[in-house]
Amino acid sequence: MSAVVEQPRHFCMLGAKQSVVAIERAVPIVHAGPGCSSKLWSGLSFCNGFQGAGYAGGSAVPSTNTGEREVVFGGEGRLREVIEGALKVMDGDLFVVLTGCTSDIVGDDTAQVVREFRERGVPIVHAETGGFKGTSFAGHEALLDAIIRQFLGPARETIPNLVNVFASVPYLDPFWSGNLEGLRELLAGIGLEANILFGPGSGGIEAWRKIPVARFNLVVSPWVGVKAAQLLEERYGTPWLHYPVLPVGGTETSRFLATVGEFAGIDRARTEAFIRREEERFYYYLERAADFILEFRYDLPGRFVTVCDSLYALGVSRFLVNDLGLLPGEQFVTDQTPPEHRDALRGAFAALSPSVAAPVTFTPDGGAVQRHLREARHHRPPLIIGSTWDKDIAAELKGYQVSLSLPVTDRLVLDRSYVGYRGGLRLAEDIYGAILGSYQ
Amino acid sequence: MPTINLNTAEVPIRESRLGSVTGYKGSAGELCRRSRDGSLKERERSFTQCATCASITAICQVAMIRDAAVVNHAPLGCAGDFGNFNFINRAGQAKRGWRLANAKLLNSNLDEQDIVFGGGGKLKDAVREAKTRFAPKVIFVTTSCASGIIGDDVAGICEEMTEELGIPVVSISCEGFRSQIWATGFDAAYHAILRRVMKPAATRRPDLINVINFWGEDIFTDLFGRLGLTPNYVVPFTTIGQLERLSEAAATVQVCSTLGTYLAAGLEEHFGVPEVKAPSPYGIAGTDAWFRELGRVTGKEAEVEVLIAEEKERIAPELAELRERLAGVRGFVSAGAVHGHSLIAILRELGMEVPGACVWHHDKRLDHGDPRGDSLQHVVTEYGEVPFSVCNKQSFELVNLLNRLRPDIFIVRHNGMAVWGAKLGIPTFLMGDEHFGLGYEGLLNYGRKILDTITNPAFVRNLARHTRLPYTEWWLSQEPFAFLGEGA
Ligand code: SF4
Repeated sequence: MSAVVEQPRHFCMLGAKQSVVAIERAVPIVHAGPGCSSKLWSGLSFCNGFQGAGYAGGSAVPSTNTGEREVVFGGEGRLREVIEGALKVMDGDLFVVLTGCTSDIVGDDTAQVVREFRERGVPIVHAETGGFKGTSFAGHEALLDAIIRQFLGPARETIPNLVNVFASVPYLDPFWSGNLEGLRELLAGIGLEANILFGPGSGGIEAWRKIPVARFNLVVSPWVGVKAAQLLEERYGTPWLHYPVLPVGGTETSRFLATVGEFAGIDRARTEAFIRREEERFYYYLERAADFILEFRYDLPGRFVTVCDSLYALGVSRFLVNDLGLLPGEQFVTDQTPPEHRDALRGAFAALSPSVAAPVTFTPDGGAVQRHLREARHHRPPLIIGSTWDKDIAAELKGYQVSLSLPVTDRLVLDRSYVGYRGGLRLAEDIYGAILGSYQ
Repeated sequence: MPTINLNTAEVPIRESRLGSVTGYKGSAGELCRRSRDGSLKERERSFTQCATCASITAICQVAMIRDAAVVNHAPLGCAGDFGNFNFINRAGQAKRGWRLANAKLLNSNLDEQDIVFGGGGKLKDAVREAKTRFAPKVIFVTTSCASGIIGDDVAGICEEMTEELGIPVVSISCEGFRSQIWATGFDAAYHAILRRVMKPAATRRPDLINVINFWGEDIFTDLFGRLGLTPNYVVPFTTIGQLERLSEAAATVQVCSTLGTYLAAGLEEHFGVPEVKAPSPYGIAGTDAWFRELGRVTGKEAEVEVLIAEEKERIAPELAELRERLAGVRGFVSAGAVHGHSLIAILRELGMEVPGACVWHHDKRLDHGDPRGDSLQHVVTEYGEVPFSVCNKQSFELVNLLNRLRPDIFIVRHNGMAVWGAKLGIPTFLMGDEHFGLGYEGLLNYGRKILDTITNPAFVRNLARHTRLPYTEWWLSQEPFAFLGEGA
């Protein structure tokens, strides 16, 4: 793991509690210090596009608020008490106990406590998410693992057009709910029913129960979700497709749909018809932008730089290169990508298009990114696509800046999606909007 | 009797220092009585929701010092509040017309290895990095649950690093698990400032008044200016030089003694700067008393009388109008202890009813120990009894209570709580600026804001119709304090 982190762009394992909040009618129970849940809510939700409390998030999250007593004598009794209370007070379909640093260092047997409740028939699982053990991305993976192992039943049948989607990490990606809905719509376009698991209209625990009966699993991310797909393959024999790029804009989305369609054995003509229709609409609007993009007389960005997690860094770069025809500078991947996935990412950045490659640096430390950018040569103002932290360096370099990645405190995010053909148009609007905004 | 001991690295937590509690239900008057006669005991809840911790409140005080840096010695999750403090920092800079710059915050990123083998090495690296990156005058190091449990000698390392780097590296002991009263974190930050940053006064400035606050609008330049005094706002948005010279001031005032009790008492006890001991300056009675005490301490009695008379005369017509329009409107108040008392005073002064109030904790006494500063007793004496409870942000209790009382308006001060009023369809607002209700003009500010809020309840009414509470029917039919245990 990296040494110091300035300008953090994700947090600890316990961030998984926000993924629980994203499951309809699920309730997290945090077995951790009194401030953990607040800090993580502030970082992952409020200061990330001002996403709110949700159903059972924010200040409603049950928490043991570990004190000195539990640190010295152990916190299992206290956890039992809080679970009992939560079952009475909180109206939920699934309860997820998540541990923090205090309980994991002290060594509480949380698994055992939770098992006792599960044996009583309570829909409850637990994940070990002590903050020091890893990132919020890893925490999200631990949550997927916990629900799959502790909650899902056997697969009795297969629903032929059902596909489980593992993509954006809820809350950590400020556009997660829009993106997941965007993926659902895209897949519907080629005749697949997407089981998106998180967010409005995803179906709550009924959707999760359906995981084993899906025809296949689709992982749309360089690495987050791969472990879940592997586990599901092992347990249910479900095949899975790893599509490592967030499909943003025309080029990538068409490729994405063709790949998924082929994997799913969907009639090619059907997929192509959908692609054609959507492309037509997409290029209608891109053409409308052409006069502006080609003729803007003041300044358009020189090179673009992404300072994002791997999902956005790659997806956005591909869009800017392949659809908008921009050229990349250095790209920074901030999500502490596990070493085994880094080569693939480097390879992907080395081949953003047949003629365009970008160097990539892995670091969670915004201070290190700033240093790199300060030392690099910028012939023209760079476009920095990252987080609100990057406003200073963008100003210093007289560049342009758009916040897409945590923390986002300079815009309100509701259902915006950057996925698909429409998502590409949104991103183009937001980027050129930021540039134009700096002239007026 | 000395109360502020600056010889230890750690500040004593509020539970032991001020007899503070997080659980109570009853009346305000009874709470005051039981605080005095010693019969008040903590009542714990068997079920709890997440609270806040001392690490957050400590960082909140030091993160915006302009030429200091903060190293949060913790796993990365504990930096969850960095984005928020950066937001506040930039918003504050923008308001003051300063160049915008990110807050100077670093996290030492403790991982599994460090938990086993100790995080001291990483802390040293982080402190060195902080020096290189930010060139600060002082580095504050805040501790965490993890660093505390594994026993990193943070105070010792800070001393070592002070030697090595030639600038003060100051530890702030604010492990979340040590105290259930998050205000302990304010004390921890002030303890560090009193111990390691402040210097004894070389000269005195008879006009300078330290104002301990968060980051409210500057209203004191005008008010104090009329008394020939100058405000010195601390701690956010100050410089280290300014903090070093807090000892030069003629007096210290606070807009909320829940926040500043430790710093004000420490300034008086160790640096000879008198603390103005009075109820908070909210509502006419409180404001009168506060300004009179300030006048007495600074020798400005005559000027204060003129100010009070002028101000009262100025606000009288609009106040009368507001009182008429707000008569009998029922307002529920939730806020950090003393600020909550202040809000009750404001509502009662406006002629409103207060069917209930809830504060996030209760201190049996303040650090100075002077009964004149007892703001809750002041409210009871001036305005009569109020149904009163203490809960550390337990929203399940609050929702239950609000659901029963159905006030006309819910006024709250702590992020993450307002939404529950809205989900119940109750017109709600959070006032982030602690100076908004202060003084004579503050009454008018609040009166107008309340009227505005109840005039168009469309947003909250619609929300209530279309969202669901995460609470069971069973819970909503229980007595709100059903989970509050009997005092130990
Ligand atoms: S790092 Fe540990 S103590 Fe900090 S928020 Fe995460 S779980 Fe809590």
